[in-house]
Formats: sequence, C-alpha cells, structure tokens
Amino acid sequence: MALKYSYYPGCTLKNKAKSLDITARKCASALGFELEEIENWQCCGGVYPLGSDEIATKLSSVRALDYAKSKSQKLVTLCSACHHVIKRVNDDMKNVPDTRMRANNYLKLDTPYCGETQVLHYLEVLRDEIGFDNIAKAVKNPLKGVKIGAYYGCMLLRPSKIMEFDNPENPQIMEDFIKALGAQSVIFPYRNECCGGHVALKSPESAQKLSGKVTRSAEGFGADMLITACPLCLYNLNKNSQSDIPVYYFTELLAKALGIDSEE
Amino acid sequence: MSNREEKVLQISGVNPRKCMKCGKCSASCPSYDEMDIKPHQFVSYVLNGRTKALAESKSVEKCLACFACVERCPRNVEPAKIIDAARQLNVRQRYGDTLSANDIPSLIDEDTPQQLLVSAFRKYKR
Ligand code: SF4
Ligand code: SF4
Repeated sequence: MALKYSYYPGCTLKNKAKSLDITARKCASALGFELEEIENWQCCGGVYPLGSDEIATKLSSVRALDYAKSKSQKLVTLCSACHHVIKRVNDDMKNVPDTRMRANNYLKLDTPYCGETQVLHYLEVLRDEIGFDNIAKAVKNPLKGVKIGAYYGCMLLRPSKIMEFDNPENPQIMEDFIKALGAQSVIFPYRNECCGGHVALKSPESAQKLSGKVTRSAEGFGADMLITACPLCLYNLNKNSQSDIPVYYFTELLAKALGIDSEE
Repeated sequence: MSNREEKVLQISGVNPRKCMKCGKCSASCPSYDEMDIKPHQFVSYVLNGRTKALAESKSVEKCLACFACVERCPRNVEPAKIIDAARQLNVRQRYGDTLSANDIPSLIDEDTPQQLLVSAFRKYKR
C-alpha cells in the first residue's frame, strides 16, 4: 500500500508555481507515495502572524491541520512559506494555551484541535520517509557533473526550535538531496540569507540588493544553477538579482533525474 | 508605561528586560543598513516610552521577517516580534494601511507570485 499524505499546495502552486506542484506529484507517484490534496484548503496568508493576539489569521492553517488529523495522515507542504506558517500555527495549537483555546472556541470542531498533526515538508518526506539512498537508486538520469547550489532562504530553517528542519546555520538536507541525484553540491555562504521576501513588492531596490548578494555568492563559489522550494525566492533570484544563473524548483530536477516528463 | 508601550508588549509577547544589549541581532540583520532604528535598539525604544517613534520608523517596513535575529539572539528576546508589533499598531489604526488593491497593477509583472501579494497584504494592510 502506498504511503498517503494530506497535501497542502497553497495559492502559488495553483498558479505561478504550477511546475512545483506538477513535478512534485509526479515524482511522488514514481517514488511510491501519494499526495491527497486537502479539500477546500484556504490560503495560509504567506507570512506567519507574529502577533500573540492574532487568531483569525491562523484559522486557515488550523482547518487544514484538522483535516489531516481527521484522515490520520501527516500533512505535507511544498512552498516554504506555507510550510513555515502551518508548522508554526501547529506549534501554537500544541504549546500556546491561549491561542489553542480561542481558535477552538471559534471553530467549534467536534473534538478540539490541539496540534496532533505532524507537518512535513516534501524534502523531509524524501529524507525521513523514503530515504535519499532509495531516491539515488530510483535515479535514471544522474545529473553528472552539474554543480548545484542549494538556496534555503529563511522560512524552512528559522526559528529552528519550531521548524526543526535542519541545522539553521549549516543545513545539509538539500545538499544530500543534490548528491542523491548524482550532481555535485556547492555550499555558498549566502545559502541561508534572505532574498528580500515580501519587501520586493514595494521596495524592489531592497530585494535587488539582497538577492544580488545571494546569486553573486553562489556564482563565486562555482554553482551552475540554484535550487529552491520557494516561489518568492525563485522570483527574487530571477527578477531582482540581476544575474542569469538559472533557478529551479528542487522537484523539477528530481523529475529530470527520475526520467519523468514534467509537462502537465 | 503608557498605553502604547503596553500594547506593543502585549501584541509581541516580548519581555524587553531579557535583552543584554549584545548586538547580535543587529549584526545578523540583512536590513541593518536600511533601518533607521536598529534591531538591538527595539527593546529600549519600548522601555523608554518611544514606541511612537518606533512605529513611525523606516524599520517597520524594512524588516524582512527573515528571523535571523530570532534565531541568533542568545537571550531569546525575539526582536522581530517587537518591530512587527509596532507595525501592527499602525495597520490596526483607521487609515493605517500602506497598500491598497489599486496600487497593485503598477507593482506587479507577469511572474509575480501570488505568495508575494498575499504576504504584502498581510504586512501592509489590516
Ligand atoms: S541579540 Fe538579543 S540580547 Fe542581544 S541585543 Fe539583540 S535582542 Fe538584545
Ligand atoms: S527579522 Fe527583521 S529585524 Fe530580524 S534580522 Fe530579519 S530583517 Fe532584521
């Protein structure tokens, strides 16, 4: 029986980042797991609501989490921002009594939601549930000789106490992923620095400065291309960094290595 | 402590007395150069009753929510939560929004991800 997960795609994967969604689903079936899209999921809001008194802005995440709980499935995300928001809201529901009480009072679920669902990023599924060694075995077209820089950005890593994704200062999950595809990973200093994020809308000049540092750092250390899990990082690195270094979603390269056609 | 200071502490949940002024947050902040009030100063602005100046500072819109300061603060102060609470003081006021749907067409291009729009609306609009 195939592993089944509740899948939260988020807005961007239905629109500007369709290829992230499509390649992830195709690779999942090739690797023996299934992403079952959560019914009627709502936008996570893109940024985690930092205010300790905010409830309404967290409810869409709680609904998705409760849906996964009702199916006794783990919840899988792809977009770094969705992952960040849902993982942190889940932590609030588990560990912050005031948020838990007020969100549950509002939602009036049959059984209160108290952070039971496990939230996994797709990369964590590859690492912890499938195993990079098994992925290496499934690779049909190893990306031999390609030098790939893993761009982590902020949202997957920080705050590490809550995200529990990897070492926030010296992560290695994406490098291990790159090696499993038969390529060479390039470690560069700005791989966990900010691309400019939401500031790009009103202050593109700030995003240009920040994303430019990322691409120059990657190029300086010899990367041929970058991979990311985040549509906004991809946008800033492509549009604002003033560099021509190609940037791909990590699932696009996974599909290529597995010999999967990434068209719709 | 005035109402405004209390409000920022309540929204942020930050205990400003934990800060030992080591400056690690400012050293980590990728927006440091563009901020007029720096991350290690956020707590003293609140403690010294200058929250209004903090809310009116450029730093409010220059914070990237990258959480480098949160990750690296040795005292778990979470300075990003203070500047975000100062931002919320603004947007929770009437006419406090700094982005409207009418601004959008001139700010986007054919590749702008939906994620950028929803994030910006969360930050600049009530
Ligand atoms: S890193 Fe923490 S303790 Fe050090 S100055 Fe910043 S807020 Fe204060
Ligand atoms: S979260 Fe804001 S204040 Fe903290 S390091 Fe990032 S940009 Fe600077």
